[in-house]
Formats: sequence, structure tokens, C-alpha cells
Amino acid sequence: MIDIENWDWEPGKKDIADLDKIRGQFGRVDEFTVSPDGEKFAAAGKLEDDTFTASVNGENWPDPVELLWYLRYIPDGRLIGLGRIDDQWTLLEDGKPWEERFEYLWNPKISANGKSIAAMYKRDNKYGIILNGKPWEQGFQAMRHYDISPDGEHTAATIQTEALKEADIFGFFEGVWSIAVDGKPWATKFVNTWSPAFNHDGKSVAAEARTDICDYTVAIDSVTWSGVYGCVWKPIFRPGTNSVVAPVREEGKWILAEDGKRIWENRFNQLWRVRFSPDGKRVAAIASPVFGRWTIAVDDKVWDVTFGDMVQEPVFSPDGGKVAALVKNDGKWSVAVDGLPWGEWFEMVWNPVFSPNGENVLAKAERDGKYLIVANGKLPAKSYDMLWDPVFSPDGQRILLRYVEDGKYHRQVVPAHEVFA
Amino acid sequence: MEELVEKKVVDAGLDETIKKLTPQRIKEVVNRVLTRENAARLQVYLDTCVHCGLCAEACHTYLSRDNDPRFSPVGKVKETLWELVKRKGNVEPEFIRNMARIAFTECGVCRRCSMYCPFGIDIAYLLLVVRRICSLLGVVPQYLQDTTNSHAATSNQMWVNQDEWIDTLQWQEEEAQFELPSARIPLEKEGADVMYSVIAPEPKILAQLLANMAIIFKVAGEDWTMPATDGWDNSNMAMYSGDFEIMGRVEKLHWETAARLKVKKIVMGECGHAFRGAVYDGPRWLGWQFPPIPMVHAIEYYYDILSTGKIKIKEKYKEPITVQDPCNTVRGRGLGDKLRYIMNTICEDFRDMEPRFEHNYCCMAGGGTINCGPPWKRSRMVSNKVKAEQLKETGAHVVCTPCHNCHSGIEDIIGHYNLGLHVKFISELLIETMEIPEELKV
Amino acid sequence: MYEFARGPLVWIAFIVFFLGLFYRLVMMIIQSRKDKVVLPYIKMKEGINSIAHWVIPFGSRNMRLRPAFTIISFLFHICLLITPVFVLGHIVLFQQSWGISWWHIPEQITNIMTMIVVVGGLFFFLRRIGDPTVRFVTSWSDFVLLIIVLAPFITGLMAYYQAFDYRTVITIHMISGALWLMVIPFTRIVHMLFFPFTRAYMGSEFGYVRNAKDW
Repeated sequence: MIDIENWDWEPGKKDIADLDKIRGQFGRVDEFTVSPDGEKFAAAGKLEDDTFTASVNGENWPDPVELLWYLRYIPDGRLIGLGRIDDQWTLLEDGKPWEERFEYLWNPKISANGKSIAAMYKRDNKYGIILNGKPWEQGFQAMRHYDISPDGEHTAATIQTEALKEADIFGFFEGVWSIAVDGKPWATKFVNTWSPAFNHDGKSVAAEARTDICDYTVAIDSVTWSGVYGCVWKPIFRPGTNSVVAPVREEGKWILAEDGKRIWENRFNQLWRVRFSPDGKRVAAIASPVFGRWTIAVDDKVWDVTFGDMVQEPVFSPDGGKVAALVKNDGKWSVAVDGLPWGEWFEMVWNPVFSPNGENVLAKAERDGKYLIVANGKLPAKSYDMLWDPVFSPDGQRILLRYVEDGKYHRQVVPAHEVFA
Repeated sequence: MEELVEKKVVDAGLDETIKKLTPQRIKEVVNRVLTRENAARLQVYLDTCVHCGLCAEACHTYLSRDNDPRFSPVGKVKETLWELVKRKGNVEPEFIRNMARIAFTECGVCRRCSMYCPFGIDIAYLLLVVRRICSLLGVVPQYLQDTTNSHAATSNQMWVNQDEWIDTLQWQEEEAQFELPSARIPLEKEGADVMYSVIAPEPKILAQLLANMAIIFKVAGEDWTMPATDGWDNSNMAMYSGDFEIMGRVEKLHWETAARLKVKKIVMGECGHAFRGAVYDGPRWLGWQFPPIPMVHAIEYYYDILSTGKIKIKEKYKEPITVQDPCNTVRGRGLGDKLRYIMNTICEDFRDMEPRFEHNYCCMAGGGTINCGPPWKRSRMVSNKVKAEQLKETGAHVVCTPCHNCHSGIEDIIGHYNLGLHVKFISELLIETMEIPEELKV
Repeated sequence: MYEFARGPLVWIAFIVFFLGLFYRLVMMIIQSRKDKVVLPYIKMKEGINSIAHWVIPFGSRNMRLRPAFTIISFLFHICLLITPVFVLGHIVLFQQSWGISWWHIPEQITNIMTMIVVVGGLFFFLRRIGDPTVRFVTSWSDFVLLIIVLAPFITGLMAYYQAFDYRTVITIHMISGALWLMVIPFTRIVHMLFFPFTRAYMGSEFGYVRNAKDW
């Protein structure tokens, strides 16, 4: 969240846009998106001449394109979209296209500090990453996943290093997949590699690696752990360090390993989506202690309560003191905080949002086709036709609500004590 | 028995890979799979089977090959697992090759035989144990292994690149708009009710099916989306090649994609094995007792929109038509009645097959068999004789196959046995027969 | 020898039989837990439904496809299980040894039932030789097991009709009966124990999990 202190935190409600008016301007309007500060409301729309533009608070971008999609606000308030111009693809920032054009361009990602935009591209039958308008110098045969470093300076992707003939299973098992960082491939090739992830300073990359039909390990800067496992899931760096943590499978059970050594006593039926507290001291993950039951494990301790359907990734409070997660049981969703599920269950719940001091939790939820802000598990009086995640002011005293009611998009700031009353 | 031995099929996935096998490696893998990866079912099934042969008539390969004993389900187990157990894994590479041929190309793991075994022994499971051993030894038919490799590298079945996927959806959206201007394929719509997932052959070779769905969803008034990331492909040949780690990885991504898009359910296209992978084998390997998010097969979805009147039929389909009960949705989900509701609602002259429902004969294309590729096609066709006769007896001109494997397999049968039939998906019949409200046409 | 067969061997046979079955049952449960995906899916209703369709003659399609086999198989199994329990000779022995007795089936009928077992066994024997499909999966052990199963019935008949030396025949009858009991838990005849479990599991996988029939 860039500049969050300078947003308008005065309690009050603003009418920003009229949905019918926007819809009236276009033959077709795609999904709406709102700016982080709630001041802007936008959607891609199709004009009468079958070109597309973005409508921002009712004003259109001046230069329509042949096709516009994936319209999203990014944390610093820029509105980006993927656009086709003269049968070539590019990324548009607030209506202005990047200079580079590609045969295809997709999957934009924003760096953790909110400053950099990257996307994947295809040009001349080669694949690469473009970062802030600058493409990699070298393209590759194929590409699947990528990551952008927290400082937004580097990108890394899984790449296919050379072409294989059709159904060349032998070439495949010799290894033609690797990681390229800023366009430079690692020296090591693997049967497969997935999910590259940067460390805090963008100097190291870790990834899942498969070295034989059923041999899996973790690779960091092209060097693998010495251990070989039955399977692995996405590794991540411990914040502020060069240590890598990943769930690995041994003898049919999942354990948590750091730098190749087991760090938790518990062995699980399943273990994935490892997350660290912001200070890197605590670690949590989704765990299945027994077949068919799911919960969260934090620092090797498993929540007492388990859920049958699904548990989503753990979310730490800013101070790292609490852990919350979306949980699903008997077809309904809720939030559990430190192992205690809310009493209310919903058709859908969005990821929990902690107050800056970690005391309170808000979440957007859906019930009977309407959306509501659930505060510490308590139902509010109001519900909305559309709703975006709530945002706490930096001091935690105010809450920004962004919603559609009676056909109009509103931005409203309310004192936190009213929401949690 | 000599006269029954067919000309050996050349397949590098078997012929070349067995050259690298050592006795130690074979023994190690066999023991790993038999004693560490499997427990009660394997043991109890092996001890319970009384070698009675009552499963034989369940198998289309046995029936199609004039009751050749080697093709009875129990005969296949005898030639694979019994020997492995008896010899404690001390078998030669050529034995592994035979084992792979039997388990991958002569059995569609359709599970019909477990309905004929008096003890309900899951013989298909036993053959999957054999496939697992073959997979760990690297002895898998080349084209099937290549499909699994595609799953591993691209999370889809046919090496579809991400740009090709999105580009195809955008192209098919335009195609759909020629028919129905308001049709859309909403990409990455977080919070939609439905994520629609398909198998990779749809964008790769049958793209018009995607446009069909855009029209059907529009008319049905569905709030739906498709992902613009990996995780859109619900197919899973790794499940059938015995590479359960890749199977799990594919299914994990599929479910995580649905969870990321905040949908309430997944509706999937007309594919049977994908249903099995997403609903049974995948979740179980990952640790879910049941799928984390409801998965609705196309048959069920079409039944819902037809029976609730969300889609109406303008004029029924006239040609005499029959329907194929796919193993994974009829035997695997009990959708036989709903399938017939659909057929009778859309078609004027529906002629059922015999045997039908759970007892229908396997298409011998599913279970990974058609993915074993051209080298094995002739063998598949020989194993399909009863299926061809069954199709012929219906007297239909068209056969509806709500499953991609059945579809491709039956097309092959029609060609090979000169049946002169046409094959159609339900969605194609719907597009031909459904009523499109005037207000949507602008 | 007769004394041994009449006394200790009976004890040994019953102990081995029951302990063996108990052991197999316990191992099955332990192994099922290790398999993870078995126990959570077993449901009583669907399990019993499946069993019912397979213990009622012609309850499954396969049984209807082969009526002769179905009739012979059912008669064989019913007579095999019932005759030893309700035959007068056995009950008299229990009466003499432990003073307990129960209702018995008239001897003319148990004779016929025993003959049915023998004829049924003979049918299975011939089927193993004559039917190429069955022959293909038959090994010497299948014949040995069939002989072990049939031996007590054949010798029982011989004893009843006083063929050969009665004392020798009855001794062989007792030994073969004991052998029969003792091999049940450790050979494929254990299908008698596992049948309800494999059936209930598959019935649940079809009925409860997949909403389909397995008969």
C-alpha cells in the first residue's frame, strides 16, 4: 500500500460512480475494479465500433484498443490492463501502452513493494519476462511460472532450455527445464522445476526440482539440497535470511525441512503453503494431521480443531502474534483465528485482514448473494451488492469500505470502533 | 497358446527403457510398491481371489478376443501381480515389459470387472498397482509417458502454452459472438459462481467446444469464469501412467485455482477420466476425503439446466441416436438416469444400448489406453469388437459420447469396423437444438 | 491315532481356526488403517445392500448370466457351511464330550447335502480342467485346496455307509476335517472371512461414494 497515510481518512461517504451510467456507455462492460484508496472505480468496456477502453469514474481512456482485459489496480494506484493494438499485445498503464509490443503478453505481477510491474511475453516463438517495460535479452523455448523480487529489481522463471522432438521421453528425462534469473539460465537442468521464489534482497532464488521420475528436492541458485524426497512443495526463504524452508515427503509422510534438515517433529498426511510471520521468527502452514482432516500448524503445533473440506493459507497478523486462515467445513466457509473458528459460516469468505495491532480481524463474506464485512466473526447490520476487501488506516482507528449499493459505487471511511461495536 | 501371441508392438517407452533395468532396481521398486505403498486392499484382494474366473465375461478385451484366457481380468493379474509376489520381485526386464503391455494397453481400468467378481475385488486397482511399478521403473508406453511429462511440465495434457490457452479462449469468445453477440468467456473473474474447467484437447484441437459452452452458459444465465493461468486443465493422465506425484500436483493446482478464483463449484466439460482424477484419485492422494469444492460433471450440469428450464429445446434432434455410458461418470457417479433424461429431452429417436448403465462395455480408450498412441491402436481395435457389435445393434446413426476418451475411442471403432455412425458430444446436440431467447441475440 | 483325532486334534483345530481368523481380522484392520483410503469410505447401509445382492441367488447380473453355475455354487456353499454344523454325528460327539447339543437335520437330508458338496466340488474340479479361462489361472494349489475341502465330506459319506474299515475312515475324516479348519485362515479359503468386508467396501465405494450399483 503506497502512500496509505495520505489517503482521505476523514470519516464519511463519497459517491464515486454510477454503474448504470457506465453500462449505458458500452455494449458490454467487464468486471469492475477499484483503486486501493477507493477513490477510483473502473472497468473495461466495449465501444460501438467493437474496440475496448477503460472507464475510470465514468471517464474513458482516450485511446481505445482492439481488446482490453485483465484490468487491475495495483498497490500504488496505477490502473493496468493487457491490450491488443495492431494485433500485437502490450501492457497499458493508466491508458498509456508500453512501447514494446509482443505476439502475446500476459500474467502481470507486481513486486511486494508495489513499484515494479512484470509480465510474461512471447515474441518470435521465444518466451521471456518483461519488467517495467524492459524485456529479457534472451528468450526461451517455453516458460511456465515466474516470480518478481520483493524490491522489484529482478525476475525469475521456469524455462525450457531446448526444444524436444515430439514425444521425446528420453530427452525429457535428461532434463530440459531450469530457472532463468533476469534472462540468464542456471547452469543446472532438471527433469522439472516449479515455483521459483526470491529471497528478501533478490539475490537468491529457490525452486522445487525434480531430478528423476520420483526424485524430488529443492534447488537454490542452481544447487540442490543433498536429500532426495518422494515429493516437495513450493519452497520459500525465511524473511531476511538465505535459509529455505519447504514441505518434503518422506516415507509417505510430509515433514517441514529447512536447508535440507527436518525442523518440525510432526509428520503430516499433507503439508503445504508455508508462510512466515513478517519478522521471520514464526512459521505456519496448511496441514492435514490425519486423512481427510485439515488445519493449520504453527511452529510445529497443530490447531486442535480440524476441518473436513479445505483450509487456506495461514495469514499472520502484522506483529506475527496471531494466525488466521479461511476454513471450510460441510460446504461452508469461515475464518479461524489461532485455532478458533468464527461461529458464523458463509457461502464464501475472502482472506482475513488484520488490524495493524493484530487485535482485530475483518473479512469480506458472501451470504444469500449479498456481501458483508464480518468483524471478529460478528455479523454486520449492512450488506452490499458488491464489496472489496476492507482496509485499515495505519493507526487502525479507521476502516475504508469500498462497495456498491443501489447501483452506485461508494467509498466510505468509518471509525473502527463502530465496526467492532 | 502360441497362435494367440500377436506380433510384438514396437514402443520405445517399453523396448528402450527395459534395457536400463537391473535386477536390483526391479526388486527394490516392486518391494517398495507392494509392501510400503500398498497395504490392506492389495493383501486382502490377493488372498481372497479364489481363481474362479467369474470376472472374465466382464471384460470387453476378453469378449472381443474370443474368450482368450489371457485377457480375463484375473488372467491379467496372474500374469503380473501373482508372479511378482511369488517371485518376490525377482523378475527379468522382459517380464516388466509384458507387465506394462498388459496393464497399460489391455486394461482400461474401467472397473466393470469389480461388478462381476463375487467378492467385489477391485481388479482395476490391482492393475493400477502394476502400472505404478512400471512407472517407477520408467517402463511406460511412450505416448502415455509423454502425456504425463506434459502434465509435469505444463500442468496440462497437451503441452499447451499459457499464451495459446488465453489466446484460444479469446478467439473462441469471438467465435461464440458470431452466434450470440452477448456471449463471453469471462477470464479470471474472482467470485464467480462457477469455474469451468476442460481438458487440454479442447483448446488444442476441439476449440469450438469452448465457444459452444460460452453460448450455453450465456443462455443458462450462469455466472462463470475460466482461469488465465495454469490449473485450467482438469485432465490427468499421470493418474493412469502410475505417476501419482504428478497426478497429485496437477489436481492440487486445479483445486487451488478454483479456490483462488473464489468459485462455489467447478463445472467440467464432457470428460470422464478428468472427473475421476479430480473427484476421487487426486483428492485422495492429496489427503482430501472428498473434493474440497463441489465438482459438477457436464452430464449433471446439463441435466440441471434442462430440468429446471434454464435451457429449453426448440426442436428435438431427429436422427436415431444412442448414448455411451462412460465408466467414470456412470459407473463412477451414477449419472446414467440423468444422461437418459438429457437424451430423451433433446432427441426424438433415442435408442438405448445393451448392456447399459453401470454394465455398459468399456470404450477401450479411457484409462490411458488411447494415450498409449498409434502403436497400440490395432490392439485396441481388436479389443473393441464387442463394443462395435453393441453399437451396431442399436440401429442408431449417431452416438452421443459425453466423454472425450469415449468420443475418440468410438470414432476409431466406427472407422475400423465401418459402422457409418457419427459421434457427438451433448454440448453439440444442445447447440443444435436449444432455444436462444431473442433478447440475448442483440 | 483315533484317540488323538477325537481329542486333542479337535481342540487344536478349533483353536487354530478361531485364533487364525482373529489374527487375519486384526491384521486386516491394521492394514486398512495403513491404507488410509479404505475405512473412511465404508458405510453400513451401502455395504449391506451390496452384500445382500450377492448372497441372494441371481441378485447380480453375473449370476443371471450363468444360471447353472449360480445354482451349483449356491447349493455347494450352503451345504458346505450348514452340513457340518447340523449333522447328527457331530452333535452326538459334542453331546458326549461337553454335554451340549442342538437341533440336527435328518440324516437322509444331510447325506444328500454332503453329496451336493461332493458333486459341487467335482464340478469345480472339472471346471478348472475343462474351462480354458479357469484353467489358465489354476495352479496345483487350487486342486489341493479343493481336495482339502472335499476330503471331510467324502470321508464322512464313506463313514456313514461304512465303506472300508470304519475306524480308519472315521479317523481320516476327523483329521481331514481338522486340517480343513486349520487351513481356512491361511489359504484362499479365507475368502469365507473376507467376503463380507471386501463386498461391503466395494459396495460402499459404489453405493455411498459413487451413487452406483455394484451388482
